[in-house]
Amino acid sequence: MTAFTHARPVRRAAYVPSVDLVRDVLAGSILAIARMISRAEAGYAEASEALAQIYRHSGKAHIVGITGVPGAGKSTLVSALIKVFASDGSKVGVIAVDPSSPFSGGAILGDRVRMNDAAESCQAFVRSMATRGHLGGLARSTLQAVDILDAAGYSPIIIETVGVGQDEVEVVTAAHTIVVLSAPGLGDDIQAIKAGILEIADIHAVSKCDKPEAAATISALKGMMALGTVKVASGWNTPVLAVSSVSGERISDLKNAIGRHWQHLRESGELADRQRGICKTRILGTARHLFQQKFNDEAGEVEKHIQAVMNRNMDHSVAARLLLGWNNEVPAT
Amino acid sequence: MTVTMTGQDFSPGADAEAHSLGTIRVLVAKLGLDGHDRGAKIVARILRDAGMEVVYTGLYKSPGEVVNAAIQEDVDVIGVSLLSGSHVPLFRELGRCLREQKAEHIFVVAGGVIPEQDYAALLESGVDAIVPQEARADLIVTTIRNLITARGRI
Repeated sequence: MTAFTHARPVRRAAYVPSVDLVRDVLAGSILAIARMISRAEAGYAEASEALAQIYRHSGKAHIVGITGVPGAGKSTLVSALIKVFASDGSKVGVIAVDPSSPFSGGAILGDRVRMNDAAESCQAFVRSMATRGHLGGLARSTLQAVDILDAAGYSPIIIETVGVGQDEVEVVTAAHTIVVLSAPGLGDDIQAIKAGILEIADIHAVSKCDKPEAAATISALKGMMALGTVKVASGWNTPVLAVSSVSGERISDLKNAIGRHWQHLRESGELADRQRGICKTRILGTARHLFQQKFNDEAGEVEKHIQAVMNRNMDHSVAARLLLGWNNEVPAT
Repeated sequence: MTVTMTGQDFSPGADAEAHSLGTIRVLVAKLGLDGHDRGAKIVARILRDAGMEVVYTGLYKSPGEVVNAAIQEDVDVIGVSLLSGSHVPLFRELGRCLREQKAEHIFVVAGGVIPEQDYAALLESGVDAIVPQEARADLIVTTIRNLITARGRI
């Protein structure tokens, strides 16, 4: 069986050089912004000059990270936030990250199902992004996509991470304000004092507050906050807010808290520290990625060492150093 | 089923090249008053397993909304599943929106319950390929890959 198609060849579209898209991106063309994000994702060398030009025009937007466990209600909350931010006249940008399959490399990007209506009615820019193998809760090019939206005049820009476990906290070095969304009924107060994701919050939100279990989650989080001694020095008290995206209850409280945190960052001088942290992580992360790309072992050198490691004549660490050409160095422990 | 070929038969030989075009992105959409999305979800899963990134719109979307979503997501293909019988006017409107938004580089692939007598009208209104409902999974994948291989990188 075959599919039915036109007998004549399909229409072709020309490849527009990325530098030629920059002006349209800055002017806010949706087609140009969307295409530039794809070029950043693909990592085309051709796009690097254009992305460098765009970066010079970015740095104005408030970047808000929303993170939490799978099914906590992140996408639904983002959809509700788009509406309250847009009602103030804000041009809202969203990058919603979902995982890629480790087997096929494919992905189902389902966040848009919840956000489509808000994106349509509020003229927000919503882009779904697959992790493409990157760990930590974001995609490798998430921040380049944020730069593009930032340069095009979007603010706030909301980054929705993949549904995270306890340890995927990369968003902390990507956003200015971190909202950790907890769902009711998923754990007791011991879960609340564990290290990791709950520590990174600038704002705690508890979703589905229309459910009776929400009260226990809120009190566990508040209890954890009361025990904390570290973050008080910054002068910001992390609020714990109960929200319901379905009823729209207290979404504007969350919006106001996000706004207050932005104000706090600018007035206290903490914004410069955060931006420094974001830049440092981006430089190091990109350097690591470039190094990895350079070292892809196309010649199959690894084959030479496998037997020695299998025979226990050499351990994997020594073999790895040989592979990298570091055989003369004293291995660091 | 025996059908008379009115169009071009794609050979699977073109498959390998599609990989050099990067990751294929597809928007799987449901248009109009059609609440049955079991098929759309199965197709989304098939495309995922073929290494594509699939954005799903959810139910009851208008052609204008689907086109806006497709542009923001910069997809290569809009795959529409339609079982409601109103495919002719809906695809005509989808084609019009794509032209209006200067997004004709996005391919449209139709699937679902579409009678053969309507194929010509759909191709006329801007649909690039129609995958019959009894098609095997690999035909959907091959159809999409071949369209993109023929278009080239954009």
